[in-house]
Amino acid sequence: MSQTLTIALTKGRILKETLPLLAAAGIEPAEDIDKSRKLVFETNRAEVRLLVLRGVDVPTYVQFGAADMGISGKDTLMENGVDGLYEPLDLNIARCRLMTAAIKGAPPRQGRLKVATKYVNVAKQYYATCGRQTDIIKLYGAMELAPIMNLADEIVDIVDTGNTLRANGLEPREHIADISSRLIVNKASMKMKHVLIQSVIDAVGAAVDARREPENA
Amino acid sequence: MTYADRWLLPDGVEEILPAEAEAVERMRRRLVDLYQTWGYDLVIPPLLEFTDSLLIGLGRDVDLLTFKVTDQLTGRTLGIRADITPQTARMDAHSLDRQGANRLCYAGHVVHARPKNPLATRTPIQAGVEFYGEPGSRADTEVVSLLLESLKLAGLCKQHIDLGHVGIYRALAEAAELSQEQEDSFFDLLQRKAVTEIRAWVRVNLKDSPLAPVFLELPSLAGDRSVLTRARECFAHCPADVREAIDQLEQVAAVIEARYPDAELYFDLGELRGYHYLTGLVFAAFAPGYGNPIASGGRYDHIGEVFGRSRPATGFAVDITALNKLGLIKATPASAVWASESGSADQWQAIQALRASGERVVCGAQSEPPQEAGCDRQLVLKDGQYRVIPLA
Repeated sequence: MSQTLTIALTKGRILKETLPLLAAAGIEPAEDIDKSRKLVFETNRAEVRLLVLRGVDVPTYVQFGAADMGISGKDTLMENGVDGLYEPLDLNIARCRLMTAAIKGAPPRQGRLKVATKYVNVAKQYYATCGRQTDIIKLYGAMELAPIMNLADEIVDIVDTGNTLRANGLEPREHIADISSRLIVNKASMKMKHVLIQSVIDAVGAAVDARREPENA
Repeated sequence: MTYADRWLLPDGVEEILPAEAEAVERMRRRLVDLYQTWGYDLVIPPLLEFTDSLLIGLGRDVDLLTFKVTDQLTGRTLGIRADITPQTARMDAHSLDRQGANRLCYAGHVVHARPKNPLATRTPIQAGVEFYGEPGSRADTEVVSLLLESLKLAGLCKQHIDLGHVGIYRALAEAAELSQEQEDSFFDLLQRKAVTEIRAWVRVNLKDSPLAPVFLELPSLAGDRSVLTRARECFAHCPADVREAIDQLEQVAAVIEARYPDAELYFDLGELRGYHYLTGLVFAAFAPGYGNPIASGGRYDHIGEVFGRSRPATGFAVDITALNKLGLIKATPASAVWASESGSADQWQAIQALRASGERVVCGAQSEPPQEAGCDRQLVLKDGQYRVIPLA
């Protein structure tokens, strides 16, 4: 029985950076993903197909075994827990930082802290390790508004250049984690399709290294 | 209370309806019969016990999986079993107290307070075996063989077995003098094969240790049998326990490969399922289309110590509910005889005679459709005699 491989990709900016890495591993979509509204794509390799999903859904597909492998941001993995998954490769793309931020110059608040974030679990755990008790407020976007409107004292969010924070009178404070995209693999798939999956990991890994070297040189 | 609230079952709690129930029960019986033919005695442990005996010696994982209620007679906490293994360990150490080896098997429901994975039922049915009193890899080989027989019996044509050994990481952690916290944090990273984080962890925690390269290599020691050769080179300067573990894996793999050439063996030296109470070889079985193990087991020596008798032990449990979900268990098409009850004593005699011969006979009213009761034949009175003829 020939084995098939389903890879779940995160759509948007990460996808653009992912496709060249997959191409280097010899996997190319049979049609232009940007120009199609399809969600499942065949590739130049008969046994491999690609799914294009929202980032937060990728670990779910891989965890349930609906996809064998996936590409997901470390932030999503940290927030959702990663039982049943391996994350054997850092793709070194979509790099940013997960940080706390507050209104510029605002004095640190004593006692219980109100924190607005979409990373509820990460935030709770981070402040707990710092010894701070917090009330977490789940928001789905525009975190920067929360401290301005006095909804929260601090926010936990992804920071790339920091421009959005500055434009809203906020400043980054504590660094929680470095974020980048990871290749993730379902544990059962890894055990049953080891040869196929390991060859993809190795090829993508080589492509990631090849990209990194000119940077360092 | 709405109408839906009255019939809705709790998340992850399942009922099994007729066709499937018949298939599941038949599988359970066949597995128990198989274990009997290998010399394993059936035991029926209680559904619930004091947590003091149910959870002792096991890790936090099992504690979180266990439903707890208060015993109204004693005020002590009862746990509904999440795993049958500790119960058989108690039987072996305390109730049976046999001198020689002890082979036990069981089949029944366990209850999980939280599902083991997102789609798993919280009320799985497990069948399993436990082999007490035999320390060597002969016992490991026997239970892995019996696991493969169970999978074949379940109709799995390609068996994928994942083999590992928790003794490797345990010995390495000890040799590197890791604190409990360090051991746990690396354990988490290793279970995810999170290579980036592992590199960072090793840089911080094993800065000048000669074992650093070994820890970095651990996540990649997975694959076919050649992994063991690679591991031997990698572990050349490691404690003897580590190399012994590789020898054990090698011995078991050699026998299993010879006995079951079709089985696909996968080795993962970073696989530490049940690390908190397992002590040696660990193994699991996987099937295409199911993202989690359908069976798992391993060696758990000394668990009986808390019951006053430390014994070598190894065993496994098969998840019958998972086999059912895979569609491997097929129900037999119904075959039954329909009898429209006439109230005559002769008809009653005829029906009972058929039942005694093993036939399924459904008695019903004239108005009832026989096909709905799964009948394909009927009992009719013809020429003064009761005969079975095909349904019209």
